[in-house]
Amino acid sequence: MDRVPILKIGDVLLVSIQVDMSDQTALQLQDDLAERIVATGCHGVIIDITALDIVDSFVGRMLSTIASISKVLDAETVVVGMRPAVAITLVELGLSLNGIRTALNVERGMELIAAARYDEGGYGPDGDDADTETTAVP
Amino acid sequence: MTAGVDLGTPQTQAIRSDEDVVRVRQLVRTVAVAVKLSLVDQTKLVTAASELARNTLVYGGGGAVEVVTVDNGRRRGVRIVFDDSGPGIADLDLALTDGYTTGGGLGLGLSGARRLVDEFDIRTGVGEGTTITVTKWSR
Repeated sequence: MDRVPILKIGDVLLVSIQVDMSDQTALQLQDDLAERIVATGCHGVIIDITALDIVDSFVGRMLSTIASISKVLDAETVVVGMRPAVAITLVELGLSLNGIRTALNVERGMELIAAARYDEGGYGPDGDDADTETTAVP
Repeated sequence: MTAGVDLGTPQTQAIRSDEDVVRVRQLVRTVAVAVKLSLVDQTKLVTAASELARNTLVYGGGGAVEVVTVDNGRRRGVRIVFDDSGPGIADLDLALTDGYTTGGGLGLGLSGARRLVDEFDIRTGVGEGTTITVTKWSR
């Protein structure tokens, strides 16, 4: 069985799916990611699906589940690089990818995760938390 | 791997494992490219095939798929037949409803696959297995 590698870049885990995953491979990735989040204490997960030529309901569910698991483990998940044809197909299939943040590429995904951490801390320049915005501390 | 698709000759693939579902996707993709479906239509067809092949495996207990190119005089297309000898589907209307599942999935496989293809035909009966035929035409 293929295993999808997980890279650590600073505070973020990066997964770039390069193979046509079997369902077992997808489930394995789900487990591996949960373990790596806990082991590394990373606060962000970026899943790059640039190389995926389809996302069916199984992979879609895997992405949603990974997002939920990482949330519980205090990490933000961003799915990046979805192809236009994949997006069109997903919508027609009826998959809404609930709870999943998306970005066009890895770079923007990184920015999204950084911004999310700021928001949570409540001291970021872009924070929408009105209560803490005026009481910024370095 | 398939090197050069012989148009008109049906290609078959057994569906007995996870890896076979991956092979079905690859086979359908190769044929869809050969009949020059657009990228979006290729993607839709391969996605539908993936859903249906998984159903054949999970609910039908395995089976086989046959992929053939078709020509109606004006357009070419890809026809895929999924066949299993599983328990069959008792309530077809219910099975085709978005969100209905007996297997713990999202319940989008059958209903979603139907939306992604141009023609969808299903023959099933309790204890008689299930045969699903889908066709996607080039635009």
